[in-house]
Amino acid sequence: MAILANSDTKVMVQGITGREAASFTKDMQEYGTKVVTGVTPGKKGQSVYSVPVFDTVAQAMAHEAADAAIISVPPLMVKEAALESLMNGIKLLVIVTERVPRRDTVELLELARQEGATVIGPNTLGLISPGIVKLGMAGGPLEDVKKAYMPGKVGIASRSGGMTTEIANLLTTNGIGQSTCISVGGDPVVGSNFLDLAERFNQDPDTEAMVIFSEPGGVIEEKLAQWVIDNQVSMPIVAFIAGRFVDDMPGMRFGHAATIVEGEKGSTKSKIKVLESSGIKVAHAFSDIVTILRDVL
Amino acid sequence: MRLLEHEAKQILKKHSIPVPAGEAFSAGQKLTFSPPAVLKAQIPMGGRGKAGGILTAQTPQEMREHFEHLLATPIRDYTATKILIEEPIELRQEFYLAITYDTAAKLPVAIFSPQGGVDIEALAKEEPGAVVQMHFSPLRRFPSFLGRELVSRAGVTGKLLIQLGALFARLADVFLDCDATLAEINPLGLSTDGRLVALDCHLDMDDDALPRQPEIAPIEKEQGRFSGGREVSDFERRAQEIDSMDHRGVAGRVIEFPGNLGLIIGGGGASLTAFDAVRQHGGQPANYCEIGGNPSVFKVTELTKHILSKPGVKKIAVIMNVVSNTRVDLVARGVIKGILESGRDPAKTVAVFRVPGAWEEEGFRLLDKYGVPYCDRTVSIDQAAGRAVSSASVN
Repeated sequence: MAILANSDTKVMVQGITGREAASFTKDMQEYGTKVVTGVTPGKKGQSVYSVPVFDTVAQAMAHEAADAAIISVPPLMVKEAALESLMNGIKLLVIVTERVPRRDTVELLELARQEGATVIGPNTLGLISPGIVKLGMAGGPLEDVKKAYMPGKVGIASRSGGMTTEIANLLTTNGIGQSTCISVGGDPVVGSNFLDLAERFNQDPDTEAMVIFSEPGGVIEEKLAQWVIDNQVSMPIVAFIAGRFVDDMPGMRFGHAATIVEGEKGSTKSKIKVLESSGIKVAHAFSDIVTILRDVL
Repeated sequence: MRLLEHEAKQILKKHSIPVPAGEAFSAGQKLTFSPPAVLKAQIPMGGRGKAGGILTAQTPQEMREHFEHLLATPIRDYTATKILIEEPIELRQEFYLAITYDTAAKLPVAIFSPQGGVDIEALAKEEPGAVVQMHFSPLRRFPSFLGRELVSRAGVTGKLLIQLGALFARLADVFLDCDATLAEINPLGLSTDGRLVALDCHLDMDDDALPRQPEIAPIEKEQGRFSGGREVSDFERRAQEIDSMDHRGVAGRVIEFPGNLGLIIGGGGASLTAFDAVRQHGGQPANYCEIGGNPSVFKVTELTKHILSKPGVKKIAVIMNVVSNTRVDLVARGVIKGILESGRDPAKTVAVFRVPGAWEEEGFRLLDKYGVPYCDRTVSIDQAAGRAVSSASVN
């Protein structure tokens, strides 16, 4: 089974008339996701791959209530789009947009907490529960998703969108299926980080192990390690930390916004150390993820 | 984007946070300031004092000499083009005030210490009680009473508690309203005549919010704010030009390394993974790069030619994660074209081609035609890197 969404989840797409949003709307439908409505202010009456478009979220919800919103609107409009969905009772937001100002992210996350809603992203490719549902653009078109993903019992959470599919592909080619695969988003602050998702996977009866893909920057691995120790978590967690060479290049900024290293803090070396000290297994080569999973499953 | 001290102080002043009287001067300008004076090199780095970037002058002649000296001397690898000249202030005490985001808690956090002017991280380690912090709601902001609450936890009371609480609230206004990701005053001085003055200030601005910050956005475009930092090599500069030749996808973010194995790798996370794997297998990368977002054949061709033009590079490895947006056949076409236009044989130049995903059948057919060794999705990124390293070591 899966966390966050299932085959009954009804989806609304905010910004559906955008080129990218229209394209992933089609991919989601073909994968079997129930896309019920779309919203683009001023475009009421249009349709995108036969999904009706409305001017406001309230109109869309009156037409057919959605459980999840995929937000693909310009960066400075994301906060309002999120607020509009939250005020209309939507409890799961997947924010695809990149370059959302950090203040807007923390403000909308506070509003989401008040409403008891879950946020994935910003700057996420979305999530896939193989064979069940796909939210956002993760994995691309149906044929590509089918090749890389297969149903099973390993959860994936990745800071890199492309590597979400790559890890799923590694597992699939080795006969290991996945429960839910989440691109958590590349920004320093995201709605659901490794710790939030580990808690969910740990409670999911259908997930037996979790794989995380991380990069330099941030301190969430320290919190995850502490959580594992404090709660004596028995779910096996396998971590892969990419960008070890960045440790030798302080101050360098790479493509992903979070990949900023200042001194020792957030270095891959310190992450690996803190994860291993908690019992989380660190894969030192990428394909070791499979070897370790075979040991623990 | 990190603001220079004098730019940051202008913003503090607008938000009624007192700063020393002073002005920033460039080379050739008349120094309209009467000593005694403190001269501070404007570089985007801390630790200037110890590195000789802050000098005091008692006479106009001394001020002029220090001014010329600071403009001519690299400090912590940066050469300042502006020198901030300020009134010296006698201090009784120094404080540390900062607001930033706690990325794990997903909230802003205010940090205070009654022992300012020092390396705050070292202090927090040695004497944890000397640094206090408090998360706050971005929606309710950080009113004065929260500032008073925070400083009281560090033992401050009386008139100073009221002054510091108010000043903290104004710093929070700067942080939130200007879209900073760090607003730090270190030190905030208490002068012998009882005034609180921000002696130094560090503001990091959120680049993603610049479109709505009309007062800050133009600063980024100012040329020659300083020079220095990590030098961009000619090789990297040329790669940037290639990436900006058209807007389709990314074929850039090139960093030069001293090795002999050229790398065409992407997207971001997979680039980091592939680069590490090449090094773990004992390979010597000639470059780092990130390609993705379906770059044009033209850009991939030019990038391939550029990497092959680097002295010593005989082979290139092409490694990406399973792609859905980028087309395998277009990457293959660009790489082959680039090799041919460099007058080399694709079959002997590609150490490994491992890009599975969208349009892979078409891509593989093209690679077959030129005898280029490739692997499909059953070969992992690190295995592909291993093949590339052994292939590169053969010739």
